[in-house]
Amino acid sequence: MRVEQIIFYALAAMVLGSALLVVTIRNLVRSIFLFFVALISLSGLYIFASADFIAIAQIVIYVGGVLVLMLFAFLLSNKELLNNLSRPVNRLINISSLPGFLLASAFLFVLISAILNTEISWLGYVQQNHFQPGDNTVHNIGISIMTRYLLPFEAVSMFLMMALIGAAHLARKGQKI
Amino acid sequence: MIPVTHFMIISAILFCIGLYAAISKRNAIMVLIGIEFMINAAILNFVAFGAYDKEVNGGQIVALFAIVLAAAGVAVALAIILNVYKYYKTIDPDKIHNLRD
Repeated sequence: MRVEQIIFYALAAMVLGSALLVVTIRNLVRSIFLFFVALISLSGLYIFASADFIAIAQIVIYVGGVLVLMLFAFLLSNKELLNNLSRPVNRLINISSLPGFLLASAFLFVLISAILNTEISWLGYVQQNHFQPGDNTVHNIGISIMTRYLLPFEAVSMFLMMALIGAAHLARKGQKI
Repeated sequence: MIPVTHFMIISAILFCIGLYAAISKRNAIMVLIGIEFMINAAILNFVAFGAYDKEVNGGQIVALFAIVLAAAGVAVALAIILNVYKYYKTIDPDKIHNLRD
């Protein structure tokens, strides 16, 4: 097993382990921080798919923007949730979350069996067109955004502006909704 | 080279963790984190297949747009959660059961 594979599976174990801890841990602030451990390890997995720019964008947007936003909203809205954190309910799955657990594991079974029964390598484009390590993907992505994907890019930028104005309007102080 | 099936299996497990969190958590922020896990599982699939698209970079650009849209969604959802907390004094989705007229 080469070093590349060892790093890949270590990152995958970090993603899945911290995601599992996010949904099972009792302390909510700690689970938000573990959420970001999962996202940073996930950006490491993007690098293994030759997507350097996406990995950097993931780190900048999620850790720079979403972490601060989530902690902000969490600490503003959760006084009584912070108080009843100390209830000693330490079972892994309590009875109210049993339907969700059953549904998620059934869906996982369906997905895994579908993936394992598919021969991905029969697809024609999987054998060709592969990125080599050392290809300059950022240059290529910039040219693609400005030529082929210009209309979706403009639509996304308009949508982002509308969403941010709407969020600022919704979170305004001293105003009935 | 990592086979693309392994990316898909990791993405499937991450999606199901997010589905579990979105269904069974009793805190709107944890539900939002579950939705973020599901979006990130989809982005991981896009990126994993985008490694085979050298000419037009379809997968990577869709992944970039999806990251931006997820960030916008988080901003709006957190603003709505803060308003719901101001009105109901709780963010438990089970306890919010009347619409405001």
